[in-house]
Amino acid sequence: MTTLDISTEGEAGYRSDAVLSFEDLHVRFGTEFGTVHAVKGISLDVQPGEVVALVGESGSGKSVTSMTALGLLPSNAKVSGTIRVGDKVVGDLDLRGLRRMRGNDVAMVFQEPMTALNPVLTIGDQLTEALQLHGIAFGKLADARAAELLHMVGIPEPERRLKQYPHELSGGQRQRVVIALAISCDPKVIIADEPTTALDVTVQADILDLLRSLKDKLNTGILLITHNMGVVADMADRVAVMLKGDLVEMGTADQVLNHPQHEYTRKLLGAVPHLGSGPGQFGTSDDHAGEGVTEAVERPALDLRNLVIEYQRLGKPPFRAVDDVSFEVHKGEIVGLVGESGSGKSTIARCALGLIPAASGSVSIFGTDFGRMRKRELKDLRKRIGVVFQDPAASLNPRMPIGECIAEPLVVHQVGDATSQQERVYELLDAVELPRAAFNRYPHEMSGGQRQRVSIARALTLDPELLVADEPTSALDVSVQASVLQMFTHLQERYQFACLFVSHDLAVIDLLAHRVVVMQNGKIVEQGLRSEVLHDPREEYTKRLLAAAPVPEPGEQRRRREARHELLRSLGDQVAELDYDGGVIKSLKPGAGTGVDPHTRDGGVPGA
Amino acid sequence: MSEQDKRSQRGDESFEPIPGVQGIDAEGAKPMAISVDDEPGHDKSYSQGQLVRRRFFRHKGAMASIVVLAVIVVVAFTSIGIGPIPGWWPYDYTHAGTVVNGGSPTWQHPFGQDTIGKDYFALVMRGTQQSIIIAVGVGLISTFLGTVIGALAGYYRGWIESVLMRLTDLFIIIPLLVFAAVVGKIASGWGIWGLTLVLGAITWTGLARLVRGEVLSLRERDFVTAARAVGTGAYRIVTKHVLPNAIGVIIVSATLTIAQAILLETSLSYLGFGVQAPDTSLGLLISEYQNAFTTRPWLFWWPGMMILAIALAVNFLGDGLRDAFDPRQNRSKD
Repeated sequence: MTTLDISTEGEAGYRSDAVLSFEDLHVRFGTEFGTVHAVKGISLDVQPGEVVALVGESGSGKSVTSMTALGLLPSNAKVSGTIRVGDKVVGDLDLRGLRRMRGNDVAMVFQEPMTALNPVLTIGDQLTEALQLHGIAFGKLADARAAELLHMVGIPEPERRLKQYPHELSGGQRQRVVIALAISCDPKVIIADEPTTALDVTVQADILDLLRSLKDKLNTGILLITHNMGVVADMADRVAVMLKGDLVEMGTADQVLNHPQHEYTRKLLGAVPHLGSGPGQFGTSDDHAGEGVTEAVERPALDLRNLVIEYQRLGKPPFRAVDDVSFEVHKGEIVGLVGESGSGKSTIARCALGLIPAASGSVSIFGTDFGRMRKRELKDLRKRIGVVFQDPAASLNPRMPIGECIAEPLVVHQVGDATSQQERVYELLDAVELPRAAFNRYPHEMSGGQRQRVSIARALTLDPELLVADEPTSALDVSVQASVLQMFTHLQERYQFACLFVSHDLAVIDLLAHRVVVMQNGKIVEQGLRSEVLHDPREEYTKRLLAAAPVPEPGEQRRRREARHELLRSLGDQVAELDYDGGVIKSLKPGAGTGVDPHTRDGGVPGA
Repeated sequence: MSEQDKRSQRGDESFEPIPGVQGIDAEGAKPMAISVDDEPGHDKSYSQGQLVRRRFFRHKGAMASIVVLAVIVVVAFTSIGIGPIPGWWPYDYTHAGTVVNGGSPTWQHPFGQDTIGKDYFALVMRGTQQSIIIAVGVGLISTFLGTVIGALAGYYRGWIESVLMRLTDLFIIIPLLVFAAVVGKIASGWGIWGLTLVLGAITWTGLARLVRGEVLSLRERDFVTAARAVGTGAYRIVTKHVLPNAIGVIIVSATLTIAQAILLETSLSYLGFGVQAPDTSLGLLISEYQNAFTTRPWLFWWPGMMILAIALAVNFLGDGLRDAFDPRQNRSKD
């Protein structure tokens, strides 16, 4: 495939000082089933102070590409082509040279900060380890440097944090520590592999702000690997799009995101739900005329009244995950339940399925309270509720063929005989647009999107009147998500089930929900019609959430970013940035930078 | 978008198991031949059974063991026959004949003869039969017990788990051999079946713990939650959703239990607590002729070699199965 390189034509001289460059990179993996060609001849470079985003869906080879720069691929990988980090050629280095290069010249920021940090070492140990290994500072000096680094990335009370363990920090702070680790040896280039995927949107926005100031202030090159087009629009100077190990398009963020040349890029961008565009995207129906009409006519499908859910803890007072929550879901209506991690939204979904008991308050399904039901009644009620979970790979029994899986509710509730059950499964396979041949397949033989279709089919087997969907698309690639969402809304219109749709993705909620409930720390912050809550929010928290969600258009995203900074300042928070007064890292002077006012500055991580 | 959707539909139809396929790509046109961030072998389009078989048949040790075991079993059971069915070997293990050539191996008596002229090949075959029957019986009983107890404890948690696991601990702290000897002596009135039952009833502990651990992690998986949300009962969840996913652990452990049972039975018989004369077993043969070791070593060596061969073969088989079910334990060769 040809690379549409439309950006670097007249800049041949510019190339030579790239901090990271790949030339005709090939990576092959030897597996049990022969060789897999994961990266097929990629050429790419990153300049100092530049963010190059490597975009692609899962399996496109973007992470493999980045790992070659650190020489961290597993032993069954064969790499050919030239990889340069600064003036070093990675392929020529021995193990010793590689170790010296890692950290010093190129550093990595990983996706999941919890697993990237060692849970049994203190933050201080891990930071000073890097400094001592690379001979930058030792002993007391190293401690001082570590504190300084933490201060730079905006962690309050750095001296105290040094003695803490990773689990004592919030997700955002952990990722800041990982970034502090990455810049500890002043690398020329940082590879950020999905640095914000595991984080909430507000935290994501902060981390992106921090990374942006890092490249501005330290002139570090950043290779940003992501699948999130919003993040790309927010951060990238140049964008490279990968498909099946090939680079299909490359150019400035504006060129690629606003005027994509390659068919795949256009498709990819077309599949990103756009916050603010509301329903009607990807051919989903935008006919929401029936909004709010069904109310009060019948009993609500799901009715939560002053619901409190507590988790018992050993030797401690119980943890209140959900606190005094009330809302209703009516027939034919999709209610979006939005919130960041830990807000209690999944707990509510599980409670609505009768899997977790309520501590107080009531959960009524079609007018009957879950708490007062006998086993028999509960089983009958479950016939009327369907459920779709987040990870389709985990929610399908790997040892059960698809057909049996979908028929399972029929078998459990003894509906029909074997023939009619099979008929029903075929019908459902048609409804979720899967071939009937899938009947005898096992889940691992299908792609993620297909598996999620199977989950949805299983949820619809008994014609449920209430469907609980817990983040049904967040484990999927965008293009797959688009088709699943499209199918979902069509099915909802056809079967008119009531739906509780849990998601952290505001754009997805904007696309399909009729009403929205926003949660924070177990409490409802705001609820109302989609158009009101998402387009004209009244509460501060909702505003923050909306402002932090990136959109895949560089110009608009810049405006949104500035508006968000404005909002944060008006709310009395600070914008996250690298606290760096020049020369601290490079001069390595002990005590330099300690004159900076060590005022606590959390950079605005609400709820983190 | 409708165009894309049509494409993905078309793509969905091409289902052939292509090596290295990870999924339908964004274009939806064709499954992509890629395998990247995940560990290899994670998402191949072979069914799980196929994968296991493939790895198992490649395991040389396991394949050789299967051949050895098959030969031993066939010869042991056809040569002297079982019960009323006669075998092709002319001598009977109970029948004393005239001692030829001082009892040492001849063409007539390839394994030699014992002191009173019984054909030693017939005796060893009889012993092998008994040992194999006991071992397989013990394997079945202890696997069944261990699986049921482990699954109950792991799935129900709470007081059921406490009771069952303390019971397991109780069985574990009593030395196996002493326990088996005492109970085996009592049960020896029922012949080898009694012994099998007793050995089965005391060797399930390891498997129970393994299965419990496996069930504990499986019961938290989403597909179990999904099944519960549908209204599936506990029995169906355990038998249809949980145990099939723990089958690897169970099969491997069952094989190793069989190897363990063979050695346990021979030790018991050697000590005189296992199979009783006039019937015989490999352990009993060794114990009877241990004094003959210097003068007529074949009386010691044949049953000894037989024990060694069976126990080794079964162990190798277990190794092969474990590697097949859990390839992560053995990836160094690639």
